[in-house]
Amino acid sequence: MTIPFRRAALAAMACALALPALAETAPESTDPIVINGGEVELQTAAPAPEHLDGALDEIYSGWLFRDPDTQTMQTDDFENPGMIFVDQGMDEWNMVEGEAGKSCASCHEDVSESMKGVRATTPKVNKDGALWSVEDYVNDCRTSRMQAEALDWNGDRMKNLTALISMQSRGMPMDVAIDGAAQPFWEQGKEMYYTRYGQLELACSNCHEDHYGDWIRADHLSQGQTNGFPVYRLKDAGLVSQHNRFRGCIRDTRAETFPIGSDEFRALELYVASRGNGLPVEGVSVRH
Amino acid sequence: MPRHAAFTAAAALVAMASAMPLAAETAPQDVAYDDIGAIAEPLSETAGNPEEGAKIYADKGTGNCVACHAISARTDAEFQGNIGPSLDGAGDRWSVEQLRGIVADAKRTFPESMMPSMYKTAGYVRPGDAFTGKAGTEPLPPLLNAQQIEDVVAYIATLKE
Repeated sequence: MTIPFRRAALAAMACALALPALAETAPESTDPIVINGGEVELQTAAPAPEHLDGALDEIYSGWLFRDPDTQTMQTDDFENPGMIFVDQGMDEWNMVEGEAGKSCASCHEDVSESMKGVRATTPKVNKDGALWSVEDYVNDCRTSRMQAEALDWNGDRMKNLTALISMQSRGMPMDVAIDGAAQPFWEQGKEMYYTRYGQLELACSNCHEDHYGDWIRADHLSQGQTNGFPVYRLKDAGLVSQHNRFRGCIRDTRAETFPIGSDEFRALELYVASRGNGLPVEGVSVRH
Repeated sequence: MPRHAAFTAAAALVAMASAMPLAAETAPQDVAYDDIGAIAEPLSETAGNPEEGAKIYADKGTGNCVACHAISARTDAEFQGNIGPSLDGAGDRWSVEQLRGIVADAKRTFPESMMPSMYKTAGYVRPGDAFTGKAGTEPLPPLLNAQQIEDVVAYIATLKE
């Protein structure tokens, strides 16, 4: 089963003339994600942020591009397989570790208070002028305040924590800063977004700006929005971080990818997040 | 050398030569594209085989053209993509020379095309070693070899409305 999609007139014309197709295919419906019988409602569309300068008219949650079964899993927190990791993240939050004898909760106490809004505004430039993702803030706390070891960016413990932290912003619109100190990082990320990497010479924009709504075989292309991360990905049967997803996409262009946790991916994370400014944080989304 | 041994050696050489990948292939860097991106001369000595081309077209490990293009008659191929234009009637719209140019390096015909260049080996940004995510060294093996290009071109040329 698939959601019906409206083909843009442009696409039809391009096909008829056999020119290379350039089609943005808007979802026919932009119903909100209604979770737990209405307890939470997440908008799935928003006006494109101004900085996109008309590259997109509207921005859409990746949820709209998934099949109904996958969509349904995200409408009930008991059915969302990502929520078990949020629970594990809470255990992590309270776990005392390191020389200082502290847990996250020792300083930050109630996660629902202290972490509210963090996910919606990250990555951001820290007090020393570096661009930091949520993972960087976690590891800085661990190494400097807890005097514990840093967690592996792509490991389960880190993903559980970022899932927990992300959930505290669920429903809040993405709102990363792109000006001031953030601007050079944002420009770097933008440059990457439009660079055609690898032997397949594909930029993020080729699929996610020019062809969202179209199909690469059975793969329905979304706008590549990141407001649902970390996602529970059915294909991986686990949580997937943003950098892991970036790595996979660039690898699939037959390119030398960038490492998870690299400055390049931080910059790309900021730029892609800014393309979704206005879409609500989904906490832990479900995708395939 | 005894006569029969010389004969055997000569026969072996002939056999080797005919089993070797065609000496008379045009290497990717030697292909002559005209000003609209077409390639006049076949890239291999052996004429393209449309049946082979049809297989390469739908095979995920080689051409995988079906990932982005659709052909109504290909009911054997599940989930045809729609990133690129439909190829129904492509054999009417394009000459063989144009098709060869498009399959080999579509960007020479359509500068903004998203289509990967199937017969190009260098000039990439962060070229990788296939799908490993690791660095590759140019020249990379082309995505399709010369004979495969000819086979696919022969197949597309049969697509008439």
